[in-house]
Amino acid sequence: MTEEIIIAGFGGQGVLSMGKILAYSGMMQNKEVSWFPSYGPEMRGGTANVTVIISDERISSPILNKFDTAIILNQQSMDKFEDSVKPGGVLIYDPNGIVRHPVRKDINVYTIDAADEAARLGLKKVFNMLVLGAFLKLKPLIEPEYMLKGLEKSLPLRHHNTIPENEKAIERGKAIVKLEHLMN
Amino acid sequence: MSYIPTREEIIEDHDNVVYERTCLLTDNPLSYCPGCGHGTAHRLIMEVVEEMNLQADTIGVAPVGCSVLAYDFMNIDMQQAAHGRAPAVATGIKRLMPDKFVFTYQGDGDLAAIGTGETLHACNRGENITVFFVNNGIYGMTGGQMAPTTLPNMKTATSPFGRDTESMGYPLKITELIAMLPGTYYVSRQSVHTPANVRKAKKAIEKAIQYQKLKKGLCFVEIVSNCNSGWKMTPEESNKWMEENMFPYYPLGDIKVPK
Amino acid sequence: MKDIRLMKGNEAIAEGVIRSGCDGYFGYPITPQSEVLEYLMATKTKERTGMITLQAESEIASIHMVYGGAACGKRVMTSSSSPGISLMQEGISFLAGTELPCLLLNVVRGGPGLGTIQPSQSDYFQAVKGGGHGDYKMIVLAPASVQEMYDFAKLGFDLAFKHRIQVMVLSDGAIGQMMEKVELDEQIPRLTDAEIKQKYPWATTGKTPDRERNIITSLDLNPVKQEIININLQKKFKHIEETEVRFERIMCDDAEYLFVAYGSSARICQKAVLLGRARGIKVGLLRPITLFPYPSKELAKLAKQVKGMLSVEMSAGQMVEDVRLSVNGAVPVEHYGRLGGIMPAPDEVLNVLESKFIKEKNYELHTN
Repeated sequence: MTEEIIIAGFGGQGVLSMGKILAYSGMMQNKEVSWFPSYGPEMRGGTANVTVIISDERISSPILNKFDTAIILNQQSMDKFEDSVKPGGVLIYDPNGIVRHPVRKDINVYTIDAADEAARLGLKKVFNMLVLGAFLKLKPLIEPEYMLKGLEKSLPLRHHNTIPENEKAIERGKAIVKLEHLMN
Repeated sequence: MSYIPTREEIIEDHDNVVYERTCLLTDNPLSYCPGCGHGTAHRLIMEVVEEMNLQADTIGVAPVGCSVLAYDFMNIDMQQAAHGRAPAVATGIKRLMPDKFVFTYQGDGDLAAIGTGETLHACNRGENITVFFVNNGIYGMTGGQMAPTTLPNMKTATSPFGRDTESMGYPLKITELIAMLPGTYYVSRQSVHTPANVRKAKKAIEKAIQYQKLKKGLCFVEIVSNCNSGWKMTPEESNKWMEENMFPYYPLGDIKVPK
Repeated sequence: MKDIRLMKGNEAIAEGVIRSGCDGYFGYPITPQSEVLEYLMATKTKERTGMITLQAESEIASIHMVYGGAACGKRVMTSSSSPGISLMQEGISFLAGTELPCLLLNVVRGGPGLGTIQPSQSDYFQAVKGGGHGDYKMIVLAPASVQEMYDFAKLGFDLAFKHRIQVMVLSDGAIGQMMEKVELDEQIPRLTDAEIKQKYPWATTGKTPDRERNIITSLDLNPVKQEIININLQKKFKHIEETEVRFERIMCDDAEYLFVAYGSSARICQKAVLLGRARGIKVGLLRPITLFPYPSKELAKLAKQVKGMLSVEMSAGQMVEDVRLSVNGAVPVEHYGRLGGIMPAPDEVLNVLESKFIKEKNYELHTN
């Protein structure tokens, strides 16, 4: 099993930390993992993206141009990464702020109203955990106990009190992810 | 008839010795021009190191310039630093060997031109090192070019018609500059051209070495010196010229003393 | 229980230097390697092991602080990225001239000038051929994973003291910024001053009556003596070339075509090898781990077996010169590289290999 994922959106949406929690959880489950971010000025207000690979085997290239799953959280990233999903792959996006929706017919497309749900819950910070939940529903690679360990490892101690709400958000994300288009 | 000792025997009898060269200067003949102040400055520093019994605890840093070979004459462990970088080198030593006595010995081109950044920041960090700064207002080793401390209208190989302050800037009073920084603990300016000045200079050197043990900041002693070769004068003329021209611009005495 | 963590490359090497008994780090922030200094500061090295961490006023000051510490026999390092490493060349040359051991890290970004902060491998010549003035070489280690970033801290210090030489870890922005699993070792205690005095009798630790004074200098005005010093340096480099070559062979045994790549390019090529094998192409990868000394003999051996070699590097063609020197015309050697901070993709380099050696077709440059 090898799962190659791109997560892309605005800096500040928690793109990099979502990737880190995913990678850490994979590692806790004894998988091989890599996390490769865009870095530098892009991080500050511009777009941010991270490539996460989870595998049973030694990871060759941490740098890729084709992905099994693309998690897309803004329009620029949709424009940039829609084409990079492998045929038969998965694209998950939050339609909030998206004006040009994905058009590909050879992939499975899902939506998650994470921004709206986070606002409704009054917990803007769990936005990325809702998205992560959506991913885990579609690709159940990580057991919940290892997700918990990943959260514990990647969140600094002073934020450990937020772990229960993060776990809840992951579960909520699993519940609200919607199928938009099934591949032809 | 009583035995009359030979001259050699009189010299060898230790009771007769009133002064001798410190054992911390080597037997290598000094490479400095006759009349130059470097030799005296070397001697004073090594005398104090010997008197304070610091040989085993001393690490010196030599600069680039006339005194690049200071390690040939000082019988202590020494490192030769790249041009201007001695305060950074000394920082590396002192941070890792905090109980050693660490000093740099630098000229004006080294300390106040190419090494200004290293000098200023070592002072500003309050590195617990001692800097000996020999200022003769000229580049001696490379053949008498203009230094940052060259006086206005002073002729050098690269200011053959005199230092024109409009195009070449002003002599840099770096010692006053670093004295303003909270990281410096003791700052003094001395000379070594008369016996009286040598005695005063030695006292300043003693303090600058003694104070390092307190770990309260950087100690800095400037020695205004002559460069009779670079200035194209006899040693005597150069000392007179120094008194008349250098001292008014670089007045001698303590600039910053511990409160 | 093994201590396994998910770390950035920059953090991993910082942890590696602490655990390998490093005495001092002197550095100046520059993207994409500032995490090294940040990590060392955050982890409170002085409280942990007594290691000193200091932010210097410039890269120039950093490298000369390294010089001062190294001359005392201490395990010291600095890190920077391309423009900062250029500034350090003066100090590196002085370290070479005085044969002082130290560890240097270059997390390479694209140039020339300020260039970009994205990953590149365009500092190969500077690292491998001796970037400063004078005839000298450093040992250059090229990590291709976060684990190697960690491992090469200790390896680098060990090699540096074994040969009294500067060791540069030549990484790049990708390896520095990415996170992977790292397995950590037990802390190695720092040497005491007494141990240093005994192990490194050349170090300036203060002149005691039992020995002559120690002088660390690269100056000798007598050309006859200076030539001898230089010849001895060259002998040392030769010895290192004979004893310290490191490389990794990936699917080389039956290979008909070969990628030659180091660092993050090697990771990309590793995937390209898998893709190539899936297409039925017998392709392998030789990954130099030491760039000096270079695995020339291994390449010469492989030249008898393969039909072509493709040097893949994020530069306009630097390491390819060493590949060509190694095979000495025995097989065609081509170069493929992306510039300015762009990283090639695995299928992209495989397509180039196919077009250069297998299919008779012109390859169209892939642009992101």
